[in-house]
Amino acid sequence: MKGVKIDGTPSAEELHASPGFPQESIRKGPLAFIECVEEIPCNPCATACPRGAITLEGGLTALPRLDAELCTGCGLCISVCPGLAIYVKAREHEPGFSSILFPYEYYPLPQKGDPVECVNRFGKSICSGTVLSVRTAEKLDRTALIKVSFPQAYFDEVISIKRLPNQ
Amino acid sequence: MRRIEHHPILGDLAETSEERIPITVDGKTLYARKGEMIAAALMANGISVFRKTEKKKSPRGIFCGIGRCTDCVMIVNGIPNVRTCVTPVEENMIIRTQEGSGEWGDTGGKT
Amino acid sequence: MEKREVIIVGAGPAGLSAAVEAATAGCGVLLIDENSKPGGQLFKQIHKFFGSQEHKAGIRGIDIGKRLLEEAENLHIEVWLDSEVCGIFDANKVWVVRNKKETVLLQGDRIIIATGASENAVHFPGWHLPGVMGAGAAQTMINIHRVLPGEKVLMVGSGNVGVIVSYQLLQAGAEVVGVIEAAPRLGGYGVHTAKVRRAGVPFFVSHVVAAAEGKDRVEKVRIVQVDPRWNPVPGTEKTLKADTICLATGLTPLTELAFLAGCESTYSPVLGGHVPWHNSAMRTSVRHIFIAGDISGVEEASTAMEEGRMAGLQAAASLGHVDEADAMIRGKAIQARLDALRSGLFGEKRKNAKESIFSAMGNSNNGAR
Ligand SMILES: Cc1cc2nc3c(=O)[nH]c(=O)nc-3n(C[C@H](O)[C@H](O)[C@H](O)COP(=O)(O)OP(=O)(O)OC[C@H]3O[C@@H](n4cnc5c(N)ncnc54)[C@H](O)[C@@H]3O)c2cc1C
Ligand code: SF4
Ligand code: SF4
Ligand code: FES
Repeated sequence: MKGVKIDGTPSAEELHASPGFPQESIRKGPLAFIECVEEIPCNPCATACPRGAITLEGGLTALPRLDAELCTGCGLCISVCPGLAIYVKAREHEPGFSSILFPYEYYPLPQKGDPVECVNRFGKSICSGTVLSVRTAEKLDRTALIKVSFPQAYFDEVISIKRLPNQ
Repeated sequence: MRRIEHHPILGDLAETSEERIPITVDGKTLYARKGEMIAAALMANGISVFRKTEKKKSPRGIFCGIGRCTDCVMIVNGIPNVRTCVTPVEENMIIRTQEGSGEWGDTGGKT
Repeated sequence: MEKREVIIVGAGPAGLSAAVEAATAGCGVLLIDENSKPGGQLFKQIHKFFGSQEHKAGIRGIDIGKRLLEEAENLHIEVWLDSEVCGIFDANKVWVVRNKKETVLLQGDRIIIATGASENAVHFPGWHLPGVMGAGAAQTMINIHRVLPGEKVLMVGSGNVGVIVSYQLLQAGAEVVGVIEAAPRLGGYGVHTAKVRRAGVPFFVSHVVAAAEGKDRVEKVRIVQVDPRWNPVPGTEKTLKADTICLATGLTPLTELAFLAGCESTYSPVLGGHVPWHNSAMRTSVRHIFIAGDISGVEEASTAMEEGRMAGLQAAASLGHVDEADAMIRGKAIQARLDALRSGLFGEKRKNAKESIFSAMGNSNNGAR
């Protein structure tokens, strides 16, 4: 665990030190997680949120801050993020299972009901999951939103799914 | 090296595909997409050696892909040193692997 | 000799934006590009852009390009494609080889050079093997020609170009066996590296290519760790199976035309090396000549577009098409957008580098300010 500038993905410390990553959420329902830990000139996430839950204090390069109280987990901020850095997780989607709604830009797309391998931030398969939904509306502009359920024990780790073989 | 048939952002090739046209590469008939660059057609057909150097005969392929480095030159319709990454294919074009600085008129016996 | 009010060399994001701005102001514009299609690097960029709403953030580069082209078409801007500019001399004469054959000499009241940048190569044993190519070449192959240049790719260089092209290779269906970086830290935006990492691609910092091996093309690559003085560390060699090596080791501004035209040069390592001196209006030391985009310092497509707008606006203003007060207000708005893009962790260095160029010849240059 050496952090984003060595491993390519932020460490737990970097995430917890950033204002977009909710601290120890006890909420069962859906909540946005923003893994954007460097000051880059970017703010579509804040512009997209209908609830004003994401703010950039001090200009375009400030880190996005999430107000967990205001976030409803609607997911509107996910597909506008050019960094694909936002996902929505629900700790208890159903008893024993969490869910994640995340952006996906690979071919082919999984189908609803498919079993999938869930991966951690390093792309390592850590548990299996089930696809709950696949959204591809025009306004998502070719960033599909995929919702997967997976065992609650992996709540902190799961971030995406393993790419399906092309062809 | 292959054609990218499906793409999450650019869509399926079938939808955007243009006509298939024949070209002759070192005597073999291959198919290219109309309007594409020679280099793209060759790579889609699994060819990565475009020329061989004069002395050591070491193979070369594309390097810059935008017409700057001349690594990708071949003999096209008898004309050597054609930059294949910025020259579009034409129907029945005769393309040959170039050795060294190439020879004019080398179409491998075909006209 | 044919004359035009504003001649723009290069129809990338910078040149296109300059053309739109100058034509909107009422200038007669001619846009010239050696490619058969306009857009420069922009149509390879299939990802959503950063920035804010006014920078068209969240929109894919290809779609920003389409909008720019539509704007140019609606303004009936004259465009010469397949036409290479081979020289600029006597301050305002432009020598063009039109349609790859016909030589034309043009005179421009103002000339905007927006030729972009070229990719740097690195040399290692085996670098000439087929399969070793610029990251830009791979990006052109997959996103423009729709051909996968290889199945297993090693990316050399972890700047934004390296990580973005890695992601796009994954999207095209390739496997990326690793991204190596000679420096001890990764260069690109963390959000870009993170999406490549979560696809299972390993990053190797402080690593360089020791050699590429193969008969008729790359078959494997040996990489090795380097110490802080860039010397290989014995015993750290690893062999990776790869059929393609992409080089994303930096860009160098394409400045020949500007220097041929007599523009004074200034040196900025942060911006890619020697660039023509220019002020904040994008005007060079040669009064008639403006520059925009990567030629003035390698940055990004979004900054290239704003610089293009600035050059187009200021060229038009200097010809009297925009009144001074108006030019001032609009120039300030563009500058504010540029400053926003050049802020924060990554942008600050470029902002400082730009500002030191702006002030370098502040008083002594021949009236460009
Ligand atoms: C391979 C590569 C990948 C990149 N990827 C990204 C990315 O993903 N995101 C990002 O933000 N930035 C990226 N960049 C940075 C990129 O440089 C800018 O995004 C942007 O394209 C620069 O715009 P420009 O108009 O200055 O130059 P360009 O887009 O390079 O356009 C220059 C144009 O000038 C033309 N030209 C050059 N010389 C002549 C001549 N003598 N006569 C006639 N025409 C000429 C060229 O044909 C070209 O069309 C990339 C750059 C490269 C090289
Ligand atoms: S999930 Fe919805 S409410 Fe929460 S931050 Fe994103 S857009 Fe706002
Ligand atoms: S849109 Fe994404 S990359 Fe941009 S600031 Fe928000 S979280 Fe970061
Ligand atoms: S690959 Fe460089 S000129 Fe064709």
